[in-house]
Amino acid sequence: MASLTAPGPAETAGPGVLRPPRVRHRNGRTRTWVEVVVFVAPALILFIGFVIVPVVLAAVYSFFNLPAAFSWDMLNAERFVGLDNYTRAFSTPEFRRAITNTFFILFASLLVQGPLAIAIALLLNRRLRGRGVLRLLIFVPYVLAEVIAGLTWKLLLQPNGGVNALLEGLGLGFLQRNWLADPDIALYTIFLILTWKYVGFAILLMLAGLQGVPKELGEAAEIDGASWWQTQRYVTLPLLAPTIRIWAFLSIIGSLQVFDMVWVTVAPTVRQMSTETMATYMVQQGQFAGQPGYGSAIAVILFLISLVIALGYQRLALRRDLAGAVTRGVR
Amino acid sequence: MSRRSIQRTVARIAAAGVVLGALAACGGDSSDTAAPGTGGGDESGTAEDVTLTWWHNATSGPMPEVWAQVAADFEANNPGVTVVQTGYQNEELQRTLIPNALASGDSPDLFQVWPGGEIRDQVANDYLMQLDDMIPDTIASVGATVNPWQVDGATYGIPFTFGIEGFWYNTDLFAEAGIESPPTTLTELNEAVDKLKAIDATPIAVGAGDKWPAAHWWYQFALHSCSPDTLTTAAAEFDFTDPCWIEAGTELEEFIASEPFQEGFLGTPAQTGAGSSAGLIANGQAAMELMGHWNAGVIGGLTPDEQVPPFLGWFPFPAIEGSAGDPNAALGGGDGFGCAKDAPTECADLLAYIMSEEVQSQFAASGSGIPTVTAAQSSLEDPNLKAVADGLSQASFVQLWLDTEYGTTVGNAMNEGIVNLVAGNGTPEDIITRMQDAAATL
Repeated sequence: MASLTAPGPAETAGPGVLRPPRVRHRNGRTRTWVEVVVFVAPALILFIGFVIVPVVLAAVYSFFNLPAAFSWDMLNAERFVGLDNYTRAFSTPEFRRAITNTFFILFASLLVQGPLAIAIALLLNRRLRGRGVLRLLIFVPYVLAEVIAGLTWKLLLQPNGGVNALLEGLGLGFLQRNWLADPDIALYTIFLILTWKYVGFAILLMLAGLQGVPKELGEAAEIDGASWWQTQRYVTLPLLAPTIRIWAFLSIIGSLQVFDMVWVTVAPTVRQMSTETMATYMVQQGQFAGQPGYGSAIAVILFLISLVIALGYQRLALRRDLAGAVTRGVR
Repeated sequence: MSRRSIQRTVARIAAAGVVLGALAACGGDSSDTAAPGTGGGDESGTAEDVTLTWWHNATSGPMPEVWAQVAADFEANNPGVTVVQTGYQNEELQRTLIPNALASGDSPDLFQVWPGGEIRDQVANDYLMQLDDMIPDTIASVGATVNPWQVDGATYGIPFTFGIEGFWYNTDLFAEAGIESPPTTLTELNEAVDKLKAIDATPIAVGAGDKWPAAHWWYQFALHSCSPDTLTTAAAEFDFTDPCWIEAGTELEEFIASEPFQEGFLGTPAQTGAGSSAGLIANGQAAMELMGHWNAGVIGGLTPDEQVPPFLGWFPFPAIEGSAGDPNAALGGGDGFGCAKDAPTECADLLAYIMSEEVQSQFAASGSGIPTVTAAQSSLEDPNLKAVADGLSQASFVQLWLDTEYGTTVGNAMNEGIVNLVAGNGTPEDIITRMQDAAATL
């Protein structure tokens, strides 16, 4: 990319030099453009073709009532239904429940996984026998593929599966449940699996954040007579705040997208009853219920909710952390 | 300088390559779409030389060989005709390959045609050849099973296999519970459930986790509550105003209230693993399962020795006393073939050959399913398929699976409503409302 700056010196060389600067200038600019086109075009074509165009098409489809197969007759004005798909979505109890479920996962993740991750990270940050092994074990679930983890838990949580057998063996038989088939508790089961899967990632982030907290500050606080708890509360945590804010952002985005774990782990009937998320509802309606138009409307709603939350969070919470990066000019 | 000029040249060549590539891609597209318009490979050649392409869904078991033999025999009997037959995985064929081929105008000549909502769409788009004048005898040979492949009285496909749903049951458990003969009325079914509970067996297994096995219960209650006329009208006009539709839901609610199903049935899959509803039958934990004609094979696959258990028996869904429904009505489905609109006439000849008694008998003997040509049913060797075939021959009215009949949109809305009812979160009225709302969007 050094060549991009090449025209600079030539321009300032003045008229007295051997080669005429204007020609150099034009050649350089042409070459720069050629290089830009050559290097950027493939990525740009892919991005436009597979990201931008589908997003725009989904928005267009969402105003139509499309039949499932064969004739996506977009030119048929009778198929245009305006905002009907959107009003239908918000008046459908299933979709409202999908939104509620998604936000339950979002807030529960923040409130449970966050403190849990910070606590474990603080613990693992101390000198501890077998610290490396513990760190490794905690990170293993995150490395597993989502579908593999989901199917493994599905087997373990069968009525006669491993979890219930373990409870029986521990003399806790009264706690046995049909974890994934009981609509009353299936969502909580899913949340526990998600926590198991993703808390390792949060801990890893927090540990990395803790490396950036100078030891001297903690030592100084100790000398001033602060207890371990006070040191963590008033020194470490405030300095860990940027990490926590970034983790929360990633967690929020992940929660809004929850799909695989619900799709592979819970039977379709139980999913419809109690664990539908916005993403699973979108796929179910758009793909399997033969209503691409309605499904597209759900996709647009999901997109807008994610966009508003992401932008709002960036402006409010991440402003300082990302100053000069993605939020340049935002004040 | 020279290094730069080389760089420049390379960059220009690369840029030209990108542009050329883009042009080539555009050119490729247009030539692709132009090809079918100028007449596909099928119609090319002289009048004697005809190539028929044939897509079916046989990819495993004995069927690929049967179809290959059929193609070879047809070629031998019809000099100049070449049959290119290919088997594709069922869902891929149904959801992707055939719709895309039809939409692009370059479809195979003979292909699998699914009844109900799908064949109606295909006929509305003028994709299918009408067969009534071409092979009337063949159509007559399969009797009423051809009805689902007809649109407005015209025939566009012919089923080579058709089966009906009924109860697969454990004859040993029935004997142990003191049930002397399979129930023929809903009252008798309820009594059988009580007797089975008394010996601590799960009376009925249902794979409600997969949605459709639960939905089939409502289909059966609707089939035996509504008159054949009401059912036919509903399929044609999506008219669900007859009170029998609500009645079906109310009866199903009452039936579920007697707790006939296994514990935690909302999460039970239908066909995978020992904990599935078929698995519960296979290992003798449950006494009955309401399921389609394929179930003997599924149950057999879930036993330790992978054999169909000898205790397995079959009886049709019992009648509901005092309702408008036909006591001998049956619910089922099958596989059929149809020809593309512009296929050569030899396509209909090939279809007629597939439906001949000779080929149908081969099909029956292979144990892959129940042939639709009645004369070929004597070739059935499998006792369970024989039982279903007997049930089919005694059925006075055959209704296609309701979700297939009504098409994806209405069918799915119906199944969602039924699942809510089965889970205790919906009402019988709610099912009808959902179906009507979905039908209104079509």
